[in-house]
Amino acid sequence: MSDVIRKDPRKNWILRNRLHPLHEQVVAEMNGPAAVVRGPSGLIRKNPHAVGFIGPNGIKRIDRLGGSGSAAASAKREQQEEQLPIIAIEQPQSYVVVVVDAANGELSAHDRDVLGQARLLADGRAENTAVVALVFGALKAALGEAANPDHAFGLAGADRVMLFDDECYAGFAPEQQLEAMLAVDRQLSPVNWLFPDTHLSGNDRALRLAARLGERPAMHAWQIKDGKVTSRGGSEMTDITRDLAAATAPRILALASECALPVDEARYEARLLPLPSVPNAMVRIKDAGAVAVDPNQIAMGEAEFILSAGNGIHDWDQFHATAAALGATEGASRVAVDNGFMPRFRQVGATGTWVTARVYIAVGISGAVQHLQGIGSCEKVIAINTDAGCDMVKRADLSVIGDSQEILAALKARAEQGAVAVSEPQQGKADGESNHNVA
Amino acid sequence: MSRDSIKSPAATLASNLNSSTGQTGKPLTITTLVSVGQHPKSGRARVADQDAKALELALSLSAGKGTAAVGKGEAGAGKSQINLIHAGTATAEQQLVLRGYLGMGVGQMRVLKQSDGADVIPVLVDAVRKSGSDVVLTGSRAEAGEGSGMTPYLVAQSLGWPMVPAAVEITAVGSGEFEILQALPRGQRRLLKVRAPFVASIDAAAAEARQTAWAAGQRGALEHMTLSSNDDAVLAEAAVEPARKRPKRIARAKKAKTAADRFKAATAKSASKGGAVLVKESAEEKAEAIYQMLLSQGVLKAR
Ligand SMILES: Cc1cc2nc3c(=O)[nH]c(=O)nc-3n(C[C@H](O)[C@H](O)[C@H](O)COP(=O)(O)OP(=O)(O)OC[C@H]3O[C@@H](n4cnc5c(N)ncnc54)[C@H](O)[C@@H]3O)c2cc1C
Repeated sequence: MSDVIRKDPRKNWILRNRLHPLHEQVVAEMNGPAAVVRGPSGLIRKNPHAVGFIGPNGIKRIDRLGGSGSAAASAKREQQEEQLPIIAIEQPQSYVVVVVDAANGELSAHDRDVLGQARLLADGRAENTAVVALVFGALKAALGEAANPDHAFGLAGADRVMLFDDECYAGFAPEQQLEAMLAVDRQLSPVNWLFPDTHLSGNDRALRLAARLGERPAMHAWQIKDGKVTSRGGSEMTDITRDLAAATAPRILALASECALPVDEARYEARLLPLPSVPNAMVRIKDAGAVAVDPNQIAMGEAEFILSAGNGIHDWDQFHATAAALGATEGASRVAVDNGFMPRFRQVGATGTWVTARVYIAVGISGAVQHLQGIGSCEKVIAINTDAGCDMVKRADLSVIGDSQEILAALKARAEQGAVAVSEPQQGKADGESNHNVA
Repeated sequence: MSRDSIKSPAATLASNLNSSTGQTGKPLTITTLVSVGQHPKSGRARVADQDAKALELALSLSAGKGTAAVGKGEAGAGKSQINLIHAGTATAEQQLVLRGYLGMGVGQMRVLKQSDGADVIPVLVDAVRKSGSDVVLTGSRAEAGEGSGMTPYLVAQSLGWPMVPAAVEITAVGSGEFEILQALPRGQRRLLKVRAPFVASIDAAAAEARQTAWAAGQRGALEHMTLSSNDDAVLAEAAVEPARKRPKRIARAKKAKTAADRFKAATAKSASKGGAVLVKESAEEKAEAIYQMLLSQGVLKAR
């Protein structure tokens, strides 16, 4: 309502006519009262700095159109957070089920893409079709009983959510998860089962479900277009296209990332569905938990957590000890490698390895473009450097300015104390600062 | 049911070895299903990378801990047996490739001849059932053809055995129990426990296969069997063509309605605005800030 531009033709006319007796008054009204004042001697004083407003790009704008121009309107509009419409699907007649990975209880970008594809499939059907997101394991942000349009699932396009968060679904429990999927299949008989084609989660679930139901899935599918699904064959050398309307059409699809655009035009209800009763599976594969892996045995390109050293490292023994204490894979800039402190295969950057770490700590690395290229897909970058103006600090999500030796010593001490702090939360810093929950 | 079928007298090849010892002292029978691979660039037929790794795993399992463990410490219960099974058209050129597997140190391979474009699962299941296997190893995705990765799952489903994906190491721990090291993304590993019989597919991160010896490969025997083929109707219907390049996703402005908005979205730098900068704090406080970020990202492993 408020962004409808309303013009007052009379005021505009007065604004244009400087000789109009009410001109000053109207200008003052437009640009704020401080613009025109009567000075102590009785003279009219105009303050040239008090007119106008600062536009969205930081440039001062003087609005001579009396608030009816487009610039002012868009500035006003920007201040207001736009609310996406909520689309509710009542009484769905059929379902498209997406089994999301939701590793760590959050939707991944791949999950969102698959949900976007599910939306396209559901909305393209003649009957009322709902998208059901099926999740194994607990979520980070809880879902309420009623509609949750502002939850990540609602924003990603899920009409309904089925949350299997019992203990028996945690870890690697493919047999119990398969039972749950079969129960959902019996209850909803979905028109399509969609999975993100991810190693050991989506891929494994899709294959298990397909093998049990005796169906032919479309694995490694990367495009659904014009009612046809295209999947990549072995060695990525062929494209296999199948008609989704055919009698032998695949119902179970494992989709590659970027198969479709995620939903961003509307919000959906993400209402929790009651769970069907799931029989207990005969568990023959027992999960004995994660195995400690020497972080330096992990290939640089797939390491999750890298501590990288540059020219600003002077105590190399300390650097290696810190990496060991944190359990980080070691990396290096080219200078550190050229100077012979680190082996060549540890080099990160344009002529080294392009890393994909979730957390990358750059110690004493200035952030040359060749190095920054290599860390382009890292999620969080932490810089430790003496120079607050260097490029690495500009790239980093957290920068710590100081001598590397000092900070690494403190970090190593903190990491070693960390294990203690987990069991005895009272220890460590007396104030509430270190009050973290380690799950 | 599965146990019975293992002990079934119809079991070929391995049966003469199996019969010598009882249930617990039975030597291990490992079956590896191998295919003809395809070089990812040239498309030439070759020994499939993952299948060779599966065979390598089978060889190391049979050479090492396998025998003693299954025999519950009864050393000398008999050497474990490795079966190699291939189902396919087995043309002359493919047979050359198959001899590559024999060259890794296995005496013979059963080749189940099928017509072109046949569904090989039924004959594979039948062969595995008759082989009396404890462990069936496969690659996780074929290099040629559809490459959907269904084979191990279908074999496991038909036999009613558990299926363990992405194995990198298998150790027998005694009385038919096995410990499997599974490869997780980002170089992590997980330990699984499973009882024989089971099917496992091999991850690309498993140990590299040994060199194949040409002469040994030539000496090895390919036992041909021509079996009736089941036509794969679904794949026959699908259109198969050389892979097209996937279009790159174009950055799209949220609700970009005007050309200017779209242009801005397409050309905008992925601006990381730069995060918090700590300058004046003490070294301990700085370390604490870093440590908290590591904790919140969940990269610190509890030790
Ligand atoms: C063709 C080509 C390819 C290249 N490819 C790569 C590549 O793949 N990877 C790569 O890394 N480089 C590459 N380079 C080199 C790159 O241009 C830079 O020279 C290099 O990255 C700089 O390394 P650095 O940041 O460790 O060293 P420097 O630039 O010397 O930076 C050292 C940093 O440490 C800080 N520092 C110093 N003392 C301390 C201290 N006590 N405590 C904390 N901080 C301190 C300094 O403030 C400075 O920011 C390439 C160059 C070329 C020409």
